[in-house]
Amino acid sequence: MKYLVNSVWESKDNYDIAVVGAGHAGCEAALAAARLGFKTIVFTVSIDSIALMPCNPNIGGSSKGHLVREIDALGGEMGKVIDKTFIQSKMLNKSKGPAVHSLRAQADKANYSKTMRQVLESQKNLEIKQTEVVNILTEDNKVTGVQILSGGIYYVKAVILCTGTYLRAKCIYGEIANNTGPNGLQAANYLTESLKNIGIRMYRFKTGTPARIDKRSVDFSKMEEQFGDEYIVPFSFTTNPDDVQVDQVSCWLTYTNEKTHNIIRANLDRSPLFSGVIEGTGPRYCPSIEDKVVKFADKERHQVFIEPEGIETNEMYIGGMSSSLPEDVQYEMYRTVPGLENVKIVRNAYAIEYDCIDARQLKPSLEFRNIEGLFSGGQFNGSSGYEEAAAQGLIAGINASRKLQGKESIVLDRSQAYIGVLIDDLVTKESHEPYRMMTSRAEYRLLLRQDNADQRLTEIGYEIGLISEERYKRLLLKKKIIKEEIERVLHVNIGTNEKVQALLKKYKSTPLSSGTTLAELIRRPELSYKILESIDEGKRSFPEEIREEIEEQVNIFIKYEGYIKRQEKQVEQFKKLEKRKIPDDIDYDDVKSLRLEAVQKLKEYRPVSIGQASRISGVSPADISVLLVYLVGR
Amino acid sequence: MKYYNTIAAISTAVSPSGIGIVRIVGKEAFEIADKIYKGKCGKKLSEQKTHTIHYGYIVDNNKILDEVLIMLMRGPHSYTGEDTIEINCHGGVYVIKRILEAAIKYGARPAEPGEFTKRAFLNGRLDLSQAEAVGDIISSENEFALRSSISQLKGNIKKKINHIRDEIIYHTAFIESALDDPEHISLDGYVDKLERDVCRILSEISDLISTCNDGRIIKEGIQTVILGKPNAGKSSLLNILVGEERAIVTEIEGTTRDILEEHINLQGISLNIIDTAGIHDTEDIVERIGIEKAKEYAEKADLIIYVVDASTSIDENDEKIIKIIKGKRSIILLNKSDLDMIVTKEDVKSIYFELYPADDIPIIEVSAKKNQGIKEFEKIIKNMFFEGNLALNDKIYITNIRQKKALQDAYEALNKVNESITAGMPEDFYSIDLLEAYESLGKITGETIGEDLVNEIFSKFCMGK
Repeated sequence: MKYLVNSVWESKDNYDIAVVGAGHAGCEAALAAARLGFKTIVFTVSIDSIALMPCNPNIGGSSKGHLVREIDALGGEMGKVIDKTFIQSKMLNKSKGPAVHSLRAQADKANYSKTMRQVLESQKNLEIKQTEVVNILTEDNKVTGVQILSGGIYYVKAVILCTGTYLRAKCIYGEIANNTGPNGLQAANYLTESLKNIGIRMYRFKTGTPARIDKRSVDFSKMEEQFGDEYIVPFSFTTNPDDVQVDQVSCWLTYTNEKTHNIIRANLDRSPLFSGVIEGTGPRYCPSIEDKVVKFADKERHQVFIEPEGIETNEMYIGGMSSSLPEDVQYEMYRTVPGLENVKIVRNAYAIEYDCIDARQLKPSLEFRNIEGLFSGGQFNGSSGYEEAAAQGLIAGINASRKLQGKESIVLDRSQAYIGVLIDDLVTKESHEPYRMMTSRAEYRLLLRQDNADQRLTEIGYEIGLISEERYKRLLLKKKIIKEEIERVLHVNIGTNEKVQALLKKYKSTPLSSGTTLAELIRRPELSYKILESIDEGKRSFPEEIREEIEEQVNIFIKYEGYIKRQEKQVEQFKKLEKRKIPDDIDYDDVKSLRLEAVQKLKEYRPVSIGQASRISGVSPADISVLLVYLVGR
Repeated sequence: MKYYNTIAAISTAVSPSGIGIVRIVGKEAFEIADKIYKGKCGKKLSEQKTHTIHYGYIVDNNKILDEVLIMLMRGPHSYTGEDTIEINCHGGVYVIKRILEAAIKYGARPAEPGEFTKRAFLNGRLDLSQAEAVGDIISSENEFALRSSISQLKGNIKKKINHIRDEIIYHTAFIESALDDPEHISLDGYVDKLERDVCRILSEISDLISTCNDGRIIKEGIQTVILGKPNAGKSSLLNILVGEERAIVTEIEGTTRDILEEHINLQGISLNIIDTAGIHDTEDIVERIGIEKAKEYAEKADLIIYVVDASTSIDENDEKIIKIIKGKRSIILLNKSDLDMIVTKEDVKSIYFELYPADDIPIIEVSAKKNQGIKEFEKIIKNMFFEGNLALNDKIYITNIRQKKALQDAYEALNKVNESITAGMPEDFYSIDLLEAYESLGKITGETIGEDLVNEIFSKFCMGK
């Protein structure tokens, strides 16, 4: 829709950075910018939707938990807020290796939003304004400001777009198609046109959410209760674990059945997905229940998780049954599920379509390649999920600030962080669906654990200016002690005395025939650093507040040393190519003997390094060799 | 000066020539050479002075492979600017490849096409104005290597490897989907199945590796057999292709009593050409054996060149040969086109099609003696090769060292999966090595990982939310 208003006026207040949208990306972006000293204004269509969770009521999960940890290690906010507002917490994959342990917490949605809003409201340098941004103003391919719905113009030095699912949003179920954002909120209908005018390529994506139901209408006796962990680990490295040992609320597990599936099959012709009303591309990882029934036709049942939306509400979320079927069909199908026979729907399930960008137009710093000073993050970049959004928002906020500081942008690479993998994938790979983080996307995941996010990133966060001196010093101390302790454990000899053999016997471990090192014993699957404490006579004492973290780190390193070292070697190889930068002004037509396909792809993506170039599909190893040779010859 | 990891390659043409050179270049070149070299004087190569020559043996597993001269050059004074070892050995396709394999076994990586030149350039050993030429070398050599190595893959090998890859990616995707969505997908009891499958796949890969070894003994290249009745000009043809007088050429029938074998390189395509005794009824016992052998070779051949004497009329011997080449990849040459041609293309065609109406067959007029029509003949072979019509023999040969190395890498990676299972490691560790095996096997078929895993996860397993 074209914006046509004649009453143009200019804001009298001065700001450095404007953030468009106050969802999970916008909040992190705005906080980072303000904390780094820039006068920041964040625009939102509704103050009441700040840090809104319009879909699932949880934060974290496999690999997403890693993102939250990394956001925290860099000085972001998400981890701190969820630590204050969670109502159940679980460490997933605990029986698997440490690399795939991942935290997931059920959030009290309203409380999460309220708490984040308070953080924003009390942040120095940060102001919030409720309005719709309709225009991005540029001059000579450089951003100069934004225009709001009433015609007002705000001149700024950088703009960060975090519009989430609001651009030309359309909510669809059955034959109903409302032009609203999530939860019936106002959509932003003008901005797309403005973005297209400044040469930005847009995509249209789709996602969906299940119904919310009234707790009083659910028969929990027919479901399996799902408890949280007994001992709760906080997300934030700054949260005292004692503070999160609180009472938890349960979730509930039930299943669909043949009856459910029959109803869905019988009504497929009424689904906008199958009838072609929906044009956007949906994500494969959170398929609607009708998608699941069609695609996995031989599955007799699908799991359904009933999750509370908060403490002070009766609303519950039906995890696993998102849908865009007509509301009468929704009633019918939900009521076939054991425990939901008399269920009352408070908000019906729907699919949502929205405009987003082809993120290959971005540099790895999340600045648009063709428009200086324009940054973006979150679902607007074609991702999915609160955590993915927050991570990009944080990086966009940091890099917009660094641009104004005249500093080099922060680009995390694939060997440093899941955030690095996320952004590299977004800006390098073509995507036809909202991008979700997955642990299998991280090549070096043994090194990118949630337990060592602080060791990987907090120094960078300190350098940026988002980590306090105190926190930085504590980290350095922790790293130093870990290093010394690993060294000691590798060399401590353990004799075959009675005490040792008795301990081994207790844990059904083969007795020692001759002396060995403590490290060798720790490597046995049935033993650990902690178990062997009592026979480790030279063990030193650590500062109490970081004792457990240190012991965990030493245990992991010793146990998986072989694997960790192998990955470190791979990373070394990877870094070599990553460090070879490709100059901005390279003319690929000038590179003789590159294959035509490679020239086209390289022109399209304009990779910043040889490493990034090598990940573009259609660029072969020989093309990379040719490119290397050309760069040296230049 | 940059020091890259160590690469090795045969830097002379792979042919049964008098001598061959294997070159090892990179930071571990001396270290690797020390592991496979036993000098007469007992001193290690790494302790020797630069630009010196040493005499000794190449040894692998206490087995002497060859008696060699080694040229040692320390960087930066070498072609690429890095530490360099050049092993001068006694040629022969088999020996030289065994030496290269030994170098790879002890840590060198097979050089990429054009890599020596590339390194020389990157290390500033070549003039900057040569950059473009270097780029051309890399891309053209690469294209050729890629086309030839993949088209040399027999359909059934490719099928076999792809099948193994499918299995591996399926297992990986299953593990990964369970890690990504632990509440919907469980790995309980899965390890036993994985272990069984990995063991089976290991033995399948091991079979493939041993067929590589078979292939090596029979020499690399396309098994090509020249058939024809006595004195049709088979040996003359061979001589032209080889470029020297190897086969005895006389006017007397049955001069070629033994099977003559030659390895030639036809514009980059390796042909292993076997000249046979002329096929006709004979009482001579020695010659009889020769004819039997010819039939036997023809049976195993990838390509048959049937030389017809166009100056004499077709007889029952020709018909015998046509029966032999039935259904085989063949080319018919009407030789002696310089003389009065009694037999025409149409004559041969009609006889051939009467027997096998379904087949088409290239027929060319040549004169081996006057070197006419040979270019056209070579072009046909080249086209057959690149169109994939011409490949190695039915028996599975993966003769390419790179492919064997990839198989070995895959084997090792899968072995690590087994070790992890035995050691009681958690499941997420398996997928690291499974993916590595998947990637290695992909190198053989020319495929990369890309989004394979993510696609497999979504297409095969129902994720939650």
